[in-house]
Amino acid sequence: MQTRTYYIIFAWLMGLLIATVAASFLNLDRFFPGLNAAVALCIAAAKAMLVVLFFMHVRHAGKLTWIFASAAFVWLGIMLVLTLNDYLTRHPVDQPIQLSVQTK
Amino acid sequence: MTSASAPATEHEHADHAHQFDDAIQQHEAATLGMWTFLATEVLFFGALLTAYTIYRHYYFDAFRYASHEYLRWYLGAINTGVLLCSSLTVALAVHAAQHHDHAPGQSAAPPRIGQPKHLVPLLLVTMLLGLVFLCIKGTEYYIDYRENVVPGPSFFHPEHVPPGIDASHIRLFMTFYFILTGIHATHMIVGLGLFSWLTWNAHRGTFARTRSNAVEICGLYWHFVDLVWIFLFPLLYLIR
Amino acid sequence: MTSIPYNPAFDERSHTYLNIDYGVRSWLLTTDHKRIAILYMLGITFFFFIGGAAAVLIRIELMTPAGDLLSDDTYNKMFTLHGVMMVFFFLIPSIPAVLGNFLIPLMLGARDLAFPRLNLMSWYLYMIGGAIALTALILGGVDTGWTFYTPYSSVYSNGYVVMTIVGIFLAGFSSILTGLNFIVTTHKMRAPGLYWTRLPLFIWSMYATSVMQVLGTPVVAITLTLVAIERLFHVGIFNPAWGGDPILFQHLFWFYSHPAVYIMVLPSMAVVSEIVACFSHQRVYGYIFVAFSSLAIALISFLVWGHHMFVSGQSTYASMIFSILSFMVAIPSAVKVFNWTATLYRGSVDLKTPMLYVLGFIGLFTLGGLTGLFLASIAVDVHVTDTYFIVAHFHYIMVGGAVSAYLGGIHFWWPKMTGKMYPEWWGRFAAFVLFIGFNLTFFPQFILGYLGMPRRYHAYAEEFQVLNVMSTAGASILAVGYLLPFCYLIWSLKYGKTAPANPFGAAGLEWQTTSPPPTLNFESTPIVEDEAYAYDKIEVPYD
Repeated sequence: MQTRTYYIIFAWLMGLLIATVAASFLNLDRFFPGLNAAVALCIAAAKAMLVVLFFMHVRHAGKLTWIFASAAFVWLGIMLVLTLNDYLTRHPVDQPIQLSVQTK
Repeated sequence: MTSASAPATEHEHADHAHQFDDAIQQHEAATLGMWTFLATEVLFFGALLTAYTIYRHYYFDAFRYASHEYLRWYLGAINTGVLLCSSLTVALAVHAAQHHDHAPGQSAAPPRIGQPKHLVPLLLVTMLLGLVFLCIKGTEYYIDYRENVVPGPSFFHPEHVPPGIDASHIRLFMTFYFILTGIHATHMIVGLGLFSWLTWNAHRGTFARTRSNAVEICGLYWHFVDLVWIFLFPLLYLIR
Repeated sequence: MTSIPYNPAFDERSHTYLNIDYGVRSWLLTTDHKRIAILYMLGITFFFFIGGAAAVLIRIELMTPAGDLLSDDTYNKMFTLHGVMMVFFFLIPSIPAVLGNFLIPLMLGARDLAFPRLNLMSWYLYMIGGAIALTALILGGVDTGWTFYTPYSSVYSNGYVVMTIVGIFLAGFSSILTGLNFIVTTHKMRAPGLYWTRLPLFIWSMYATSVMQVLGTPVVAITLTLVAIERLFHVGIFNPAWGGDPILFQHLFWFYSHPAVYIMVLPSMAVVSEIVACFSHQRVYGYIFVAFSSLAIALISFLVWGHHMFVSGQSTYASMIFSILSFMVAIPSAVKVFNWTATLYRGSVDLKTPMLYVLGFIGLFTLGGLTGLFLASIAVDVHVTDTYFIVAHFHYIMVGGAVSAYLGGIHFWWPKMTGKMYPEWWGRFAAFVLFIGFNLTFFPQFILGYLGMPRRYHAYAEEFQVLNVMSTAGASILAVGYLLPFCYLIWSLKYGKTAPANPFGAAGLEWQTTSPPPTLNFESTPIVEDEAYAYDKIEVPYD
C-alpha cells in the first residue's frame, strides 16, 4: 500500500471528526428522537471502518482476519441485543399492568 | 504415517522461534494472536459500553446535562485529533518497517544490520502524541477534581441540580466516564510501554536482523486503542 | 533453555521431556507445553482438594436439620469457597490447561504451542490469582456465593470481596491467554496433511472452548471489576438506591457464566470423543456432525444466559426468548450423545478404566442435560429456582460430567504423560466407586429440590433429613472415589509398569511418539495421510 493512501485516509478521518462535532451542534432530535445519537454513532462507525480497513490492513488481509475481526462484533451484538431485549420490554414498575378482564 | 525429514540443523540461529517451521509461520501466528487478543478487548470494552448504553437510555436527561456541564467537548475533540494523528504515524511506521524488510521467507538473504529509514522518528512522534493525549486527559481529570466530580469521599453533592434530574444519576454518568476513559488511558500507558520497547529495538536494529513483525503487531494494538476512543468521544462528550 | 537438536542423534526413551533436566528452575521457567501441563495439574489438584474440603464440611453440616456444626455465617463462607475454588480454579482450567496443554501440540504434530512464554505466563497468572483468592477466603472469607450478586456483594457484604475478585480477574486472564494460544496453534501449527476435517475431535472441541474463553471471559472480568469499583469508591453502578440496576449485573455476569458451563463441559466432550473411539475401536460416528456441534455450542451457549434470571425481574418477554433459545442448545449436545452411543454400536468395546469413566459421563451428562430442559421451561424453573434441584442439575453436569471426563482423560493419557501405566484393577474399582458415590450424593438432591428444600441454608426442615443423610453418605463414598486415583496414580509413578508408546491401540498423532515424549514431541514433523480415527488400520491390542 502506498503511503499516499494513509494520508488520504487521515484526511477523511479528520473530516469526519469535524463532521461529528458539527452534527452534535444541530438539534436533529426534533426531526426524529435519537437521530443525534444515531448520526454520531454512524460517523464513529465510519471512522472505525476506515481505521480497521486501511490502517490495520484488513482490506488486504486474508479471510481469517476478517472472520476474527467480525466475530468480536457479532458477540458484542449478541450481548447488546439480548440485554436490550430485556430492558426495552420491561414494564415500568410504577405503572402496574391494567388487566382488562371483561365481565359479562 | 510417514515422517518428513525436517530441516533441523539451523534451529539455534534461525530467524524464527524453535516451535515454528519458518519466519512466515511465525509472522502469521503472531498477527493472528494479536487479532485474537483484540477480539477479547472488544468484549472487554463492549461489556462496559453495554452497561453505559442502558443507563444512558434510562437517565438520558441527566446524562446529557452532566456531559454538558462537566465535560469539555473541545478537549475531547482535540484529543481525538491527537490520537488520529498518532494512528497515521503508526501506519507510516509499520509501512517503513515492512518495506525495509525483504519479503519474508527469503531466508537465504543475508541479515542486514541497520534500521529502516524513518522508523525511529515515526515511533518517537507516535509516543509524543500519546503523551500529549495523556496530558490533556490528565488536565481534564484535574479540572474534574477541582469541581468535586471525581468518585470518592467528596463525590459531587451539588447545590443546584435542574428540576427533574437526580444527582445520583449525574454521579452515575461521571462514574462511567471515569471508568471508560480510565481503562482507555491504562491501555494508552501500556501502548507507550510497548512503543518504548519497539523504539529501543528499532534503534539497535534488531528488527532488521530478525525480520520481526513486532512493529506491525504493536501497531495493531495502537490502532485498536485509537478505535475505542473514536467511539468513546461521541458517546461521552457529544450527548445532545 | 537447554537446546535440543530436533533430529540428529535422537535416542529413544533416553531424552524425554521429564528427564531432560531435573532442577527446580527447569520446571518453574519452562516453556515446554508438557511441563506447563504438569504444573497446571499440580495447581488444579491442590485447588480441587481445597474446594473438596469445603464440600465435606457442607455435607457434614447438612446431616442434621439443625445448624449445629457451622454457624450460618461460616456456612455461607464455605459454599462460597467451594464454588469459587471449584468453578474458577478447578473446572474452568481443568481439562484445557492440563490435557489441552499437553495434547494439542502433540495432536497437531507441532513442537510446542504458538506462544510458549505466554503459556508459562498463563500458569503464573493462574497460580497468583489462586493464591490471592485463597488468601482472601482464608483471611475472613466471602459470603456472597460464587455469583457475587449485587447489591449484596457491592454494598453490604463484609467479606474480602475485592481481593477475591482480583484473584478471579487474574485467573480469567490466564484462561483468555490459554484460549488465545490454542486458537492460534490450531490455525497455524498443524502438521502437513492435517486438514481441518482430519483433526481429532478433541481439537475441535478445544477450539470451540477457546473461542468461548476469548470472547466470554473479558466480560466477567470487567463486570467483577465494576463490583470492586463500586465497593471501593462507593458509587452506584449496580446499587438501586443510587440509580443502578442489579439485574444488569446478572445479565453481564451470566453472559460469561452460562457459556462458562460449556467451557467446563466442552473439553469433557473432547475427551469423551477420543476415548469412545479408542475403546470401541471404531471411527466416531458422524465425525462432521460432532465437530460442528462443538462450534454450534460455542455460539448458542452465548444466547441463553437469561434462563438464570427468570425470577430476577427480567421482562417476561425476554424470559420467553431466552427460554426458547435455551431449548436450542440441547440440540448440539444431543447430537454428540447420540453419535457417541452410535459409535459404541458394533464396536469391539473394551471396558478399560477410561472407558468406564466415559460411559459414566454419558449417562450422567444426559441426566444433567435433560433436567436442564426442565429448567429452561419458565414455569418449572420458577418452581425449583434456588432449590436443591438446581444444585443437583449442575452437579450432574459439572461433577458427573466434567470431573468424570477429566479423570477418564487423566487415566487415558497417563501413560503418555508419565511413561507409566496406572493399575488397571484399581482404576476400574475407583471408577465404580465414583459413579455410585456420585449418584448417591446428588440424586436425592433432585428430590429434595423438587420437594422444596432451598439451597444455601445451613438448617432445614425435619422431613428432609433422610434424603440429606443419603446425600452425605454418598459424598463420603465420592470422596473415596477421588482419593483412590490420587493415591494409586502417585503410586504408579514409581511402581507402575513402563508404558509402551501406544498402550491402548489408539489412533492419533500423540500415540506415534514415545511415552513420555521428547521435549520437541516428535523425531521429525509427522505428515498426516489419514483421517482421524482410522481404526480399521490399527490392530486391536490384546493383553
